[in-house]
Amino acid sequence: MTSNARTATAWIFLSPAMAVIGIFFVIPVLAAFVLSFTDFDIYSLGNWNYIRFIGFQNYLRILDTPLFWKALKNTFYFVLIGGPLSVAVSLGTAMMLNSKLAKFKSLYRTIYFLPVVSSLIAVAIIWRYLYHPAHGLLNYVLSTVGISPVDWLGDPALAMPAIIIMAVWKNFGYNMLIFIAGLQNIPEDLYEAAHLDGASWSQQFKEITLPMLKPTTVFVVMITIIGYFQLFAEPYVMTQGGPLNSTTSIVLLMYEQGFRWWSMGYAAAIAFVLFIIILFFTLLQMLLQRSVK
Amino acid sequence: MKKRRIGKIALNIGLFVIGLIAITPVLWMVSASFMSSGEAGTFPPPLLPKHPTFDHYLALTDRLNMGRYFLNSFIIASAVTLISTLLNSMAGFAFAKYHFKGKDKLFSALLSGMIIPAQVTMLPLFLMLKTMGFVNTYVGAIIPGMASIFGIFLIRQFVMAIPDSLIEAARIDGGSEFRIYRTVILPLCKPILFTLALFTFMGSWNDFMWPLIIMTDQSNYTLQVGLASLMGEHVLDLELMMAGSVVTILPVLALFLLFQRHYVRGIMVGGVKE
Repeated sequence: MTSNARTATAWIFLSPAMAVIGIFFVIPVLAAFVLSFTDFDIYSLGNWNYIRFIGFQNYLRILDTPLFWKALKNTFYFVLIGGPLSVAVSLGTAMMLNSKLAKFKSLYRTIYFLPVVSSLIAVAIIWRYLYHPAHGLLNYVLSTVGISPVDWLGDPALAMPAIIIMAVWKNFGYNMLIFIAGLQNIPEDLYEAAHLDGASWSQQFKEITLPMLKPTTVFVVMITIIGYFQLFAEPYVMTQGGPLNSTTSIVLLMYEQGFRWWSMGYAAAIAFVLFIIILFFTLLQMLLQRSVK
Repeated sequence: MKKRRIGKIALNIGLFVIGLIAITPVLWMVSASFMSSGEAGTFPPPLLPKHPTFDHYLALTDRLNMGRYFLNSFIIASAVTLISTLLNSMAGFAFAKYHFKGKDKLFSALLSGMIIPAQVTMLPLFLMLKTMGFVNTYVGAIIPGMASIFGIFLIRQFVMAIPDSLIEAARIDGGSEFRIYRTVILPLCKPILFTLALFTFMGSWNDFMWPLIIMTDQSNYTLQVGLASLMGEHVLDLELMMAGSVVTILPVLALFLLFQRHYVRGIMVGGVKE
């Protein structure tokens, strides 16, 4: 077959998927960019003739909205506290499960994975009841060790930590699996040699485990950060962004502006700000990754 | 050696405690779903139902439309799985085994597209589907899931490991390119196709934001959206909400427990070989 015919065949195989991605992903991304410079609102929804280009006004309005800064702060709180915590718990459990001294490994692996596959909505609903100040299971457990009832989701200072705890519980199993695979790639004789040299456990962790796991860790941190920036369903179900907007996230704000109030131009600008933030963190991670190699 | 033994005991106690924390909310959900109304909302919280009842499950299907939501979720997740597995496998095959101009550029452009959060596309996509008349339809719910960059990547990685000689041999035998895809590539790809299908089904089943946006009529809600809206009206009915959660979680949990090995492989391939 000639190379032209080969190219044509390749495109026959490619075109259905590329058409879907092009029409329903690439075009919407570009359209969102354009949309963010318009005043598209509920009136434009009925008649597109009402759309006007308003330059950077949506972006300026965002910067001028206290709730946006609040949502930005909340989202960063969730990402910068919840992300590392989540990765640390994943790494810790991966190392425990990977130890030769551990028993019932595959049973534990399955159990640790149950929260990962469970639907986030159902999980958020369960935890909303677990967090109930008067008769929630969590406060009951805490009361047995003498801690007085905590209003987890009703206290502006505690609502986000409560969501973080739930997110860590739900997600740690996923990254744990990736870490286990990474740990299994570390040659055993490195540890044996270190052991013979009399290296302590913490020395082995610092000098062998962490450096050897670095590529895995960078990857895990990257997917975790990208995922955590998209916080939405947890506050939507558990707190509706409250109390006192202490759990309103960027995506929740975008959803409410776009699909509740139909201020779609404004919401598109919020979405783009989120994209730029994620892009920034991804590039940062890539630089780190390059320095690893 | 004594130190080693203490370490061993501490490690296994640690694993047990983490396991307990991981599984308790799930077990409590199941238990509370069988309690009679109001029973779970007492202090101290009961761990097991006094008189197990099936009432809440019946209420969900009889009065609260959960059967319909279940069916909607099933139809949407199945369609997304079938279509995207087919489309992704074709594209993954093309990226792995054909040489054409601009291939590498196209592929790396796709990969970099993975960092764009889906939420960016949702506003224009909604408007686009609205003009096409697909808002509040299955088609509208299915469309964004019909192909995925991650799926294409996963298949490409797998097909690249298939020796070219197999394909050449089939060409010499006079097989058309589509025949080669169907009779050589697809059968060899079965394990990865199954893994991808499993991932896609579970992902689509658990998806929340897009069906929340596109399904405006209650009768078209998926389980996730239906459950969240049920929460708004029945927040005080804890036992009912737990029954709804069980129904929502059960299908994917069953799939996971049945095909755990295939699922885990997907994470390993996608996560480590990046």
